[in-house]
Order: sequence, then structure tokens, then C-alpha cells
Amino acid sequence: MSELYAASLVDIRDRLASGQVRAEEVTRACLDRIEATEPAIHALLAVRPEALDEARALDAQGPDPSKPLWGVPVTVKDALATAGTRTTAGSRILENFVPFYDAFAVEKLRAAGAIILGKNNMDEFAMGSSTENSAYGPTHNPRDIQAIPGGSSGGSAASVTAMQCFASLGTDTGGSIRQPAAMCGCVGLKPTYGAVSRYGLLAYGSSLDQIGPLTRTVEDAALVFSVIAGHDPRDATSAPRTAPGPELLAGVQQSRHLAGMTIGIPEEFMAAEGLDPAVAEACARAQNLARGLGAKLVSVSLPHATRHAIAAYYIVAMAEASSNLARYDGVRFGYRSDKAKNLEELYTFSRTEGFGHEVQRRILLGAYVLSAGYYDAYYRKAAEVRRLIRQDYLKALEQCDAMLAPVSPVPAWKLGSIIDDPLKMYLMDIYTVSLNLAGLPGLSLPVGRAGSLPVGMQIIGREFDEATILKIGHVMQTVLGDLELPCI
Amino acid sequence: MLTPEDMAHLSRLSRLAPDAVTLERFSAQCGDILKYMDVLAEVDTSDVEPLYSPAQHVQTPRADEPERRRSRAEVLANAPETDGQFFIVPRIV
Repeated sequence: MSELYAASLVDIRDRLASGQVRAEEVTRACLDRIEATEPAIHALLAVRPEALDEARALDAQGPDPSKPLWGVPVTVKDALATAGTRTTAGSRILENFVPFYDAFAVEKLRAAGAIILGKNNMDEFAMGSSTENSAYGPTHNPRDIQAIPGGSSGGSAASVTAMQCFASLGTDTGGSIRQPAAMCGCVGLKPTYGAVSRYGLLAYGSSLDQIGPLTRTVEDAALVFSVIAGHDPRDATSAPRTAPGPELLAGVQQSRHLAGMTIGIPEEFMAAEGLDPAVAEACARAQNLARGLGAKLVSVSLPHATRHAIAAYYIVAMAEASSNLARYDGVRFGYRSDKAKNLEELYTFSRTEGFGHEVQRRILLGAYVLSAGYYDAYYRKAAEVRRLIRQDYLKALEQCDAMLAPVSPVPAWKLGSIIDDPLKMYLMDIYTVSLNLAGLPGLSLPVGRAGSLPVGMQIIGREFDEATILKIGHVMQTVLGDLELPCI
Repeated sequence: MLTPEDMAHLSRLSRLAPDAVTLERFSAQCGDILKYMDVLAEVDTSDVEPLYSPAQHVQTPRADEPERRRSRAEVLANAPETDGQFFIVPRIV
């Protein structure tokens, strides 16, 4: 394709930097693409009208080689605060919330010269695996508009896949970057916990949440990650480490093969009940490809990372959510019910009218598992199992450089087909949640198809070793090429 | 197992007031979810310390020094009701 919007981020960045194209042209191409595709997919909750003016202002100054994303249009999941632009987290309770500050990752994007086109749709407060829990209606999968785009960063994945932008920032609490990337057939990186500051992220599960890029190529993900990573004293869990510089992308681009690399295949993942045969077949082909590229494949064991991980994850996530979401009280910001006659009714009615059902369910269950009498049986137990899961991963990663595993047991399902069965929806997260409990990085890469829908695999790495998983992903993507699947 | 009465109690604690039909649906769904959580009982954790955060570094608090990062106008800007100085809520006393 010769259209500007269809280029990779690294390619368009290079063309912008050399003056071959102007920021205004590229921004206009993306805005036109948004206009053409948005009615079918609804990937955005807001488009920033200032974007074109910002592009013109950049053009007036000319390319700046010190800014690695100079003039590149991107979108941002609506869970991240954007100064002056409405930020709803997909919730009615924040329908009119306009932050006066940028999230750390957004600050970094702007400082790197990126143009923020708009905010992506998402499951309310990132609670969901299909983007059907948005208070503003679901996003549709650009590969098949009858199908879910995955979630909770479904708007980000759909926007990137439909070529509305060159990258989007998503958030991953239990798979919310990796799974929609797999469902839509794009790339998604969940960094190590602590690699990207959570300052300005509307919190869901604070010990699990991590911000990362969704892009069309692994190179693009490496570039965006190198921009948004780094220490931030405003987030105590942000790791005091030097951010990966431009050498991260250069190292990824130079990788040509997997010789000398040992890749682990988690046996419990491949044997798990419910793995769709077409997904399993695509994963087996990707494993063979890695072997063909020179990697040594070994079987590794993660005994607690499937069924037990789902239980531990949902207990921890719900407990943290019930605490984090206590701040929405109708007093300082957000929706306020007009039916309240006293302060308690103000809290109760504002929250009941403002939160959707999935959010309310998780708050209630979170309150339950934290309550006296149940705390040890649920919350403490889940935290103990969490340690075992992390130990499983650390042990497995002593035997290999990275692991290769499915992202989702099934390809994108039909919109509306399981939304009324929350437990069934939770069980779809079998391959993703354990990584958040362990705090490790994972790269979701499209590796094949199941019928007309994409299949993704995740490359799981050691703590703060995003470089290795990006290198493996880049080598594999170079050989795999395009998915050759229709896209709107 | 969670009864609708348990759910009503949790709702009060959480400052939520789902209607009767929703409450009944929530109690059935939450019952199923909690039943699934019982798989954790299979795991022997008698010698395992809980892990509450994967962050490995020592988290140092910032210096305890007051600093004005935001103006009053900014902080009040998203409030449903203010008098320009304070947040306004229904009368308490």
C-alpha cells in the first residue's frame, strides 16, 4: 500500500525526520482514515481537534532529530490522563472528567514529538476482555466487525490495526494489551512491572497494571517502549533504572536469527483444556518456525500458572479494584447523582448510577475477599499462590532465554456471545494473567490464522529484559510477514 | 455461598445500591466465581509468604515536604459542585 497511513511507525518517523513528508500531511491522512473507519469499528472515544494545529506548529519549526517520534500521530487508551482532553476510562462516572495533567507516558510521548490524535475505547476501568464493558458502546474488530476486538485495550488494538494511527498506548492488568493485540492481529508489549511509570493511569489493580505500546511491527513497539520507559519519582513502584535508549531499536533491527537462543514451551499451557485446535496448530507452526530460525526449544513447567493463576489473579485484581475505586464518590470529580438527599446517598447513588455492572461486581467481590473472616482464605491465599507463580516463572526462565506461549485459547469471539457469563469471560484469560502476577514482560505477536481471524502468541521474558523478547519477535515477524487477512 | 442478603450487606459497605433483580443476578454470578476460586485450596501454601507486589526495588518515599503542584482552581475544576473555594456536599450537620 502506498497510503501514508499504512506505513510502519519507524518508516513514517524516518520520512518525517528527513523532510520527505510533513507532519500535517501524515496527521491529515490519519484523520481521514479515522473518518473512513470509525463508523464501523468505534475504536475512539475522543478525537483531538487540536492535532492538526499541533502538526502545523511542528512543521513550522522543522524536524527535530532529538525527538524520536517527531510528527508521528498516535492514540492513547482512555485510562491515561491527558491534560485538557476528556478522560473517561470507558466509564459513565468520568463522563465529563477533563484532567489538568498528563500521565507520565503521555508526557513522554509529547516530549518525543508525537501528536496525540485521540483517546481509545476500552472496557470500563479496564475490567473486561472484549471492550463490550465500555459505557460508550463496544469496539468492533477491524478484521471482522461482528467479532470482539479483545480487551480491555480493544480500542487501541482496533485503532492500530485499522491504521488510524501508528501506535497506541494500552494498559495490561491481566492481558489487556496482549490479548486485544492477538485478537486484532497487531503487536502488543506488556513491559516488566515498574518499567513504565503508572503516574496518571486511572488505577484498577495497582500491583498488576502496566502501560505499554500496541503497534503493527515489533520494531515500532521497541521504539515506543524506549520512549515511555524510565524512572519517575511520582510512582513509588517505578523501578530506579536507566531507560533503554535508541540502542534498543538498533539492537532489535540488527537481529536476524535465533541461533544460540533457548526458548521454553510451557507444557501446562499447551495441554490446558479449552485450547482451540486451530489456535494450537498456529502455535505449533510458530514454534517450528522459531526452531527453523535457530532456536533450541525446551519444555518448561509452570505448575501454578493456569487454573490457579486465574483464581489468584481475580482475587487480587478485585481486591485492589474495590480499594482503588473507593475514590469515586461524586464529591471531588466525576458523576454526581441528582437524586441524593444526604451525603451517604450522594456516594451510593453516584456510584450505582455511574458504574457499570462488571465494575460493581468486581467492587463487591473485592470487598468480600478483603473482609474479616474471608481475608485469609481468599486474599492472603491468592497472594501466597502469587509467590509460587512468580517462582515457577523465575525457575523456568533459568532454563531458557524466553518462553513462547498462546495468548488466548480461542480467536476473537462474536460480539455479545459471552457477555452475560462473567466467569466464562474470566476463564478466557488463562494464558495472560499469570504474567501480571509475576510482574514479567510479554510481547504479543500475530503468528497465524484460525480461519479468518488472527492468532497471537506471547514471547515471555526475564525481568527488564524486553530487549530479548523484542529481538525474538522481530526475527519471527520478519519471516512471518503480513497476516494476509482482510482489514476494513 | 453468597445469599442476596450477603450481597446487600456488601453493597452497603461498598456504597452501591443495585436493584433487587440486579442483586439477585450478582449473587448468582458472584457465587459461581467464588466457587471457582476454591481451586486455590488444592495448593499447599503452608510455608509460602504472600507476595503483594512484584516490585523488587526498595520503595523510598519522597521527602515529607509540602509542595504546591496544583492551583486551587485546577483541583476544583472537575468537581460537580463548588463555591470557588471548597467542594460542596449535601448538609451533614
